[in-house]
Amino acid sequence: MNDTNLFQLICFYGFAAVTVAAALAVISLRNSVHAVLSLVLTFFSCACIWLLAEAEFLAIALIVVYVGAVMVLFLFVVMMLDIKMEQVREGFIRYLPVGIIVALVMLAEMLALIGVRAMHGHMMGADPAAAAGLSNTGWLGQALYTQYLLPFEIAALILTVGVVAAVALTLRHRGDRRRESASEQVRVNPRDRIRVVKMAPSRPDATAQQPGSEEARP
Amino acid sequence: MITLSHFIVLGAVLFCIAVAGLFINRKNVIVLLMAIELMLLAVNMNFVAFSRFLGDVSGQVFVFFILTVAAAESAIGLAILVLLFRNRSTVNVAEIDSMKG
Repeated sequence: MNDTNLFQLICFYGFAAVTVAAALAVISLRNSVHAVLSLVLTFFSCACIWLLAEAEFLAIALIVVYVGAVMVLFLFVVMMLDIKMEQVREGFIRYLPVGIIVALVMLAEMLALIGVRAMHGHMMGADPAAAAGLSNTGWLGQALYTQYLLPFEIAALILTVGVVAAVALTLRHRGDRRRESASEQVRVNPRDRIRVVKMAPSRPDATAQQPGSEEARP
Repeated sequence: MITLSHFIVLGAVLFCIAVAGLFINRKNVIVLLMAIELMLLAVNMNFVAFSRFLGDVSGQVFVFFILTVAAAESAIGLAILVLLFRNRSTVNVAEIDSMKG
């Protein structure tokens, strides 16, 4: 048991070191593509730490949703935009001391607020999901589909609104193309398109000698 | 043995790195967006840790919702960024001042 705990602790320190190093690389690398790739590494090692905390579903969701979708979106945008690096990096040195000081002061305040020593007593106990006789996914799903059903639906709505907003923002109408207007098509009235002409019935003139003379009739 | 403070200190360190990133990358909106993602990750780390140590499922449910909202946020943010770059040909925050705020 003690060996397992030690192994877990070593794993935690390893993943935490990778996370912090990759996060530092994100904010300091010159190339934006490299920064996005180190953000991927940050998310990945964070998912590993969540696995240590036995939050398996969220760890996999982080990898699938974030690394798989959001970071790829970031990469697309970074590669699509042609950014001049020299211009982007100026002012980096000027703001570096301010950034470091603010971050260190904030970290010190946070650690004082948390009280690191006070929480050392909280050992990681038994997995609450396993205590309930469920897997982590089942544990999460039971709460999500009963107690949090309405927020879950609203989250789906937010995602839909996000997709529509992203498409609406980046959609560009080009002048040289013919497009169909959906609203005009819906608003169409049959009366504007078809005109029913009432004609009095008539029979071919009995006095006409040739059938060819029918066209000449008024 | 991993304790609660391990996770929380890691979350605090990540958050402070993200704040430093906001300060030193004044010229690049993309890095600012990435720093915001790092902040959300730090918050998620705290939620997961407290959920695990208090045995409450609500923390993990909230991480789920934060992931959802963050995905929508970055999609819209990147769309705005693309639009901005198309109109102004720059991602420099200092040059994007047409609203004179």
